[in-house]
Amino acid sequence: MSVRVFVPRDTTALSLGADAVAARLEREARARGLALTLVRNGSRGAAWLEPLVEVETANGRLAFGPVTAEDIPGLLDAGLLDGALLAGDTAHPLALGPTEALPWFARQQRFTFARIGLTDPLSIADYLAHDGFRGLELALARPPQDIVEEVKASGLRGRGGAAFPTGIKWQTVLDTAADQKYIVCNADEGDSGTFADRLVMECDPYLLIEGMTIAGLAVGATQGYIYLRSEYPLAREILDAAIARAEAAGYLGEDIRGSGRAFHLEVRLGAGAYICGEETSLLESLEGKRGLVRAKPPLPAIEGLFGRPTVVNNVLSLAAVPFILAEGAAAYAEVGMGRSRGTLALQLAGNVRRGGLVELAFGASLRELMEGFGGGTASGRPLRAVQVGGPLCAYLPESQWDLPLDYEAFAEVGAGVGHGGVVMFDDSVDMAEQARFSMEFCKVESCGKCTPCRIGSTRGVEVIDRIRAGRDREANLDLLRDLCDTLEDGSLCAMGGMTPFPVRSALTHFPDDFRRPVEGA
Amino acid sequence: MSESRKWTPQSIQAEIDALKHKPGALLPILHAIQDRLGFIPEAAVPIIAEALNQTRAEVHGVIGFYHHFRTTPPGRHVVQLCRAEACQAVGGRALEAHARARLGIDYHATTADREITLEAVYCLGNCACGPAVRVDDRVLGRVTPERFDALVDELQTRPLEVIA
Repeated sequence: MSVRVFVPRDTTALSLGADAVAARLEREARARGLALTLVRNGSRGAAWLEPLVEVETANGRLAFGPVTAEDIPGLLDAGLLDGALLAGDTAHPLALGPTEALPWFARQQRFTFARIGLTDPLSIADYLAHDGFRGLELALARPPQDIVEEVKASGLRGRGGAAFPTGIKWQTVLDTAADQKYIVCNADEGDSGTFADRLVMECDPYLLIEGMTIAGLAVGATQGYIYLRSEYPLAREILDAAIARAEAAGYLGEDIRGSGRAFHLEVRLGAGAYICGEETSLLESLEGKRGLVRAKPPLPAIEGLFGRPTVVNNVLSLAAVPFILAEGAAAYAEVGMGRSRGTLALQLAGNVRRGGLVELAFGASLRELMEGFGGGTASGRPLRAVQVGGPLCAYLPESQWDLPLDYEAFAEVGAGVGHGGVVMFDDSVDMAEQARFSMEFCKVESCGKCTPCRIGSTRGVEVIDRIRAGRDREANLDLLRDLCDTLEDGSLCAMGGMTPFPVRSALTHFPDDFRRPVEGA
Repeated sequence: MSESRKWTPQSIQAEIDALKHKPGALLPILHAIQDRLGFIPEAAVPIIAEALNQTRAEVHGVIGFYHHFRTTPPGRHVVQLCRAEACQAVGGRALEAHARARLGIDYHATTADREITLEAVYCLGNCACGPAVRVDDRVLGRVTPERFDALVDELQTRPLEVIA
């Protein structure tokens, strides 16, 4: 009998040689007369084990990783397809045992990512076999207000970082009469340290399609756009193919599943501008313009894309919706802490030994995440700082690592959960250099519309350069703090308004780094 | 990404005509032209402006706003180095310095042999396995300076073309 073997094909697995692993596996198996069915699945999110090869057995899948092409002959010699390894013998150095029993997976609470990596991302049959489109089928039988109520009751808040209640946004769009409404998915995942959106799009694209379709039914929108960053060419290819297949199968188009209701979906590519992750800049870009931030009000929910009421939600917010409809709001809201309900997709990144996607209920501590899941730094050196929430959020020193992952708890200390990126740094990091980069990044990516952001970021780089060069340190440190206040108070959007957060956190928690002796002085 | 891709006003017009009916068509059009030619020639600007009933200044402004669009032909391969925090945490800055020294160019420049254009990028979404590098449409993870050198050797080795 032909054994099913899974070799992932998401960007991370491919970046570590998954194609070569798959090719070698097929070639070696053929040469040995072994039968195998190769499935190119999505990634389960354990980046540290990629390429993670799995073999299907009567008792579930067995994991091997990280596998390189050179490991294939040895794995086959040891009985990958026909012998001891198949019986679950973990003596081989790459054998990890049953995938789901690995503590790194077993200790997660996967609601949104329950199916990730299990399936061939483009197979609708796989999607249906793993509970796919159940939320949509239920939504089709319910009136729009009911769907909105369900999302409200789940407590879901915008996972892009702003944490605005999703159900309230939907209610506004539902209540605003218009000849055309839109669902726009913000897939401009620009924050360094984040890749959860990419995993959804590359590994479970129908989940996003389903979530957007439900949103369309809920607010009366018949057209959706996925605004995808151009840095994700594979996600584009997979989404385009998935949309075409969903249309052919009646899950998108003029008449969804014979309901008489329409929803159309199109992927639009960004063009390398971080600011287009800001929702109004994104809308400008979708309209074919420079991505200049709009002043609010009017809210996009009232006057959004082409002046029409528009839901703008992050990939993860929309991807949480099918679970909420299928399992009920209560099942989602049951976990979490305080006003942060449900689960958060955390992305362990940077200098981390066991990096990847960790979905947990709100409330876990940062330390548990970085040490329990992450296993500390990849370099083996002591962990010194961690930036949570992307380039516009604070760096946290060890004294803050026991904070629970919760929107309010983080906001209280001037930090942010953002999009759930957790970038770890060891003790070789120079926090003054990191602060300089925050300003430099703002300078490169500012849309230029408001002065504090456009000019302030340039001045910020210069001031930090003077501090690092030892020129008038105290006066320049005061100036830098003052500049941070101006940026925060005077900027139109979060780009200029939040760049001070990482800078100030570096100043506050790592002051010695700004007073290092100057080389050659 | 060959610079030898030929273009004519007609080929640009064809890309525009295929997309201009779309709402907010300008970015899709610019992508289509750059995907086909490797860059957006100056001569395309008035053609696009005419088709979309916009001014040349508006079209020019949009091209200039986005880092992705380029107005000069790139080398045969475009190599993007991730400069963002997650890659910095695992040696990204050292890799940047090494890459620029090895290629002898800074960002937004092309090697003298026209083989490689070097670009900065802020995140490729491969943040648990950095430093990340993108070569054309291929993303590579855990790129050490040694691996970068091997990559450059691979890119600069052109298969001999046999003239039949």
